[in-house]
Amino acid sequence: MGFYIVQFLTGLSDASSLFLVAAGLSLIFGVSRIVNMAHGSFYMLGAYIAYVIIAALPHTGISFWGGILLATLAVGVIGIIVEIFLLRRLYRAPELFLLMATFALLLVIQDLARWAFGPEDLIGPMAPGLEGSINILGTLMPTYDLVLIIAAPVVLLFLWFLLTRTRWGILVRAATEDREMLAALGVNQKWLFTSVFFLGSLLAGLGGAIQLPKGGADLLMDMNVIAAAFVIVVVGGMGSIPGAFLAAIIIGELGSFGVLYLPQSTLVMMFLVMAVVLVIRPYGLLGKPELEEGSGESFETVMRPAPKQLRLIGLGILGVLILLPVFGGKYQLVLFGEIALFSLACMSLYFMMGPGGMVSFGHAAFFGGGAYAAALLVHYVRTPMSLALLLTPLCAGLLALIIGWFCVRLSGVYLAMLTLAFAQICWSIVFQWSAFTGGDDGILGIWPAHWASNAVVFYYLTLLISVGGILLLRHLLFTPFGYTMRACRDSRLRADAIGINVTRHQWFSFAVAGVFAGLAGGIYVFSKGSIFPDEMSIPRSFDILLSVLLGGIESITGPIVGSSIFIWLEDKLSNLDFWRLILGCIFIVLVLAFPQGVGGFFGTRFSHFFGEASNDSNPIGKD
Amino acid sequence: MEITQDKKENHYILEVRAINSFYGKAHILHDLSLEMEKGSVAVLLGRNGVGKSTTLKSIMGIVIPKRGEIIFKGRSILGLPSYKICALGLGYVPEDRRIFTGLTIMENLEVGRRPPRKGFEPWTPDRIFKLFPNLKNMKNRLGGQISGGEQQMLSIARTLMGNPELIILDEPSEGLAPVIVDQLGEAIIELKKEGVSILLAEQNLNFARSICDKVFIVDHGRVCFDNAICNLTEEVCEQYLAV
Ligand SMILES: Nc1ncnc2c1ncn2[C@@H]1O[C@H](COP(=O)(O)OP(=O)(O)OP(=O)(O)O)[C@@H](O)[C@H]1O
Ligand SMILES: [Mg+2]
Repeated sequence: MGFYIVQFLTGLSDASSLFLVAAGLSLIFGVSRIVNMAHGSFYMLGAYIAYVIIAALPHTGISFWGGILLATLAVGVIGIIVEIFLLRRLYRAPELFLLMATFALLLVIQDLARWAFGPEDLIGPMAPGLEGSINILGTLMPTYDLVLIIAAPVVLLFLWFLLTRTRWGILVRAATEDREMLAALGVNQKWLFTSVFFLGSLLAGLGGAIQLPKGGADLLMDMNVIAAAFVIVVVGGMGSIPGAFLAAIIIGELGSFGVLYLPQSTLVMMFLVMAVVLVIRPYGLLGKPELEEGSGESFETVMRPAPKQLRLIGLGILGVLILLPVFGGKYQLVLFGEIALFSLACMSLYFMMGPGGMVSFGHAAFFGGGAYAAALLVHYVRTPMSLALLLTPLCAGLLALIIGWFCVRLSGVYLAMLTLAFAQICWSIVFQWSAFTGGDDGILGIWPAHWASNAVVFYYLTLLISVGGILLLRHLLFTPFGYTMRACRDSRLRADAIGINVTRHQWFSFAVAGVFAGLAGGIYVFSKGSIFPDEMSIPRSFDILLSVLLGGIESITGPIVGSSIFIWLEDKLSNLDFWRLILGCIFIVLVLAFPQGVGGFFGTRFSHFFGEASNDSNPIGKD
Repeated sequence: MEITQDKKENHYILEVRAINSFYGKAHILHDLSLEMEKGSVAVLLGRNGVGKSTTLKSIMGIVIPKRGEIIFKGRSILGLPSYKICALGLGYVPEDRRIFTGLTIMENLEVGRRPPRKGFEPWTPDRIFKLFPNLKNMKNRLGGQISGGEQQMLSIARTLMGNPELIILDEPSEGLAPVIVDQLGEAIIELKKEGVSILLAEQNLNFARSICDKVFIVDHGRVCFDNAICNLTEEVCEQYLAV
């Protein structure tokens, strides 16, 4: 009996920091509509900073709690700096660009943390006076866990008081509803935003700091916690802090008891809970339905087949690519092959994002999913390459059908958060199930079949599949399937009214995107000869998203241009030690310089190049 | 018309000079001008979609005119963010009420609260409830759980809490029962007595006649009739307002 009580209490103590992080995320999102990808990084910073401060001071109760307090405040201040110097300049930019800015920040913080605190996991100090355990009906329970358990309800009460009993809280709640009206009533929201960002970051920092004695500090914390926080926010209901509390407890308990019965299954359990909740209550346990119609403001361009000039340019480029083996060396072949297959992956994301109106933060699940499918098929059943390449899109498509079934029930940011959560779950399964997937060591020795082992042949194969895939996707956009997709994106209600089953159509579009991302992943394994969990990780998803945004979401050429730039940059930078830091900085500078989007910027600049004297509606095209 | 600049400042609380407003590329207001005297009640009349709401939003800084000039209390406010315009003493009650539905009535009033203004008696919730007794019994009800008419009153009350010197009301009588419209008219006359200036957009001609001094008829984004309300003849109404 005591054992179960202790297990239950442990679950509650796990829930505590999760709740703090999710509450902060929810608060920031509610007011500023920013999905702060760097929120998990603030959590991680909270843990590291607390570790450093506590280690520097003599081991006393005051220094321990003082360290936690200082770290919490420091993270809050970092939040303020980020808001004032980065985000504030971007509130008028498209939402996705804000998101990318916070993601770039995540990359920067991750590399900075690795540089400042080293790559090793740090074991947290014990809280002086609370090192011991107490005996609950014969089972020992660390005393510190009891402190953690109290933290969540205390913070919940504090937030409740702040939001309902102070003028600041009333203004914050008003801002989540109608910012324009709030301004017309004389409220300067600049400082409201800054203060909310401060509080939100502070909560994340506190969450990271107080779990230090229990969980320590490591460099994977940011991604893990952000995925968990997304799950909690979606399960609890967007913007509902009590909902987040409830969801955090459910997830915490699940982890705690799940470990007992099915040690490797905690993530699958999380998935199951999320699935069940979303089926029963699509807006989360305590959430309210969103009234917004459509998801993003930036995808409303009319789509037309490419003008002649652009087609000619495309054909020209294709010609050069075909002739590449004549004058290029092996290095060029590999680089351009990679660009081609990455373009296909980006195109598949563009397919669901632009015309489909569904943004995915977790596209690497399908890219990596396809790659793993191919690798496992070859590794375990010695499938020949051509058969594996046929099967991988199917596997990825199946995965996309499963994940998509849940995701299309939501829209906009919620959908995106859910894709990220699923992708992180897929990543964790691959990462943790080392007996089957090789875990962190990956799967090695997946080389092309004998007939394709020649670099030139393999290059042509890659080119054929990638260009074929891209053209097929493009073709789909101009079939009734594609028109219906855009109808669903532009107005769910009207599409519904003319008899389109919107949810089902979006589900299929989602799956189609998955199929092609998986295909790209399939060739990718054979080109590299190996596969590692990194290919499914959140940064990978964002590489794809970033490339699409870099090239511009308004046009089909966008993903191709974007992925070319990205792979080229990666090729130049990735052997540098802190290349994600550099990439993050480049992106932050780009976003600050062109808040309306790099692609959009060049798109409007050069649109006259491609005939048609239009500047607002970009002529769309790709050969 | 031959008034010097200084005199104008004292005389007019609001001057809108040849503003041009756009939604994207749609040109809605074409050199629209109007002036309001301090302490007066003026009304914008016009058919649906002629740009009345857009005019009010332009004054409030919600839509920013590309050309023209807007002077409030002798000071140019064109291009200022709406919160600064509000702080100068302009209160805005939007057409669609825009009550914060997740906040209680008291909290909605609190959002609108601003420091008192010299020369005007400050608004408090108690004073509001004297003006709108209906709201008194539902202080802690959520804004989303009251009727449309009650929301309209709350919207006006919320703006009053900011102690404005000029109140802009977009179709305040819309959707209200005749008794309540009368009540609203009395409230507006009450406000006028205290020296508050009021600019309305209206469809209800009788209501407008009963409270206003001045009328501007808007058509196709221009003011095409600008006169005292007593000069608003049947012919004019026939020409600009009949459907
Ligand atoms: N947000 C918007 N985007 C684009 N066009 C708009 C928008 N709001 C209004 N319009 C257009 O601007 C014109 C003027 O609109 P406005 O709301 O000012 O009219 P109004 O005179 O207030 O009409 P009503 O009496 O119906 O309230 C209309 O033709 C309308 O279609
Ligand atoms: Mg109107």
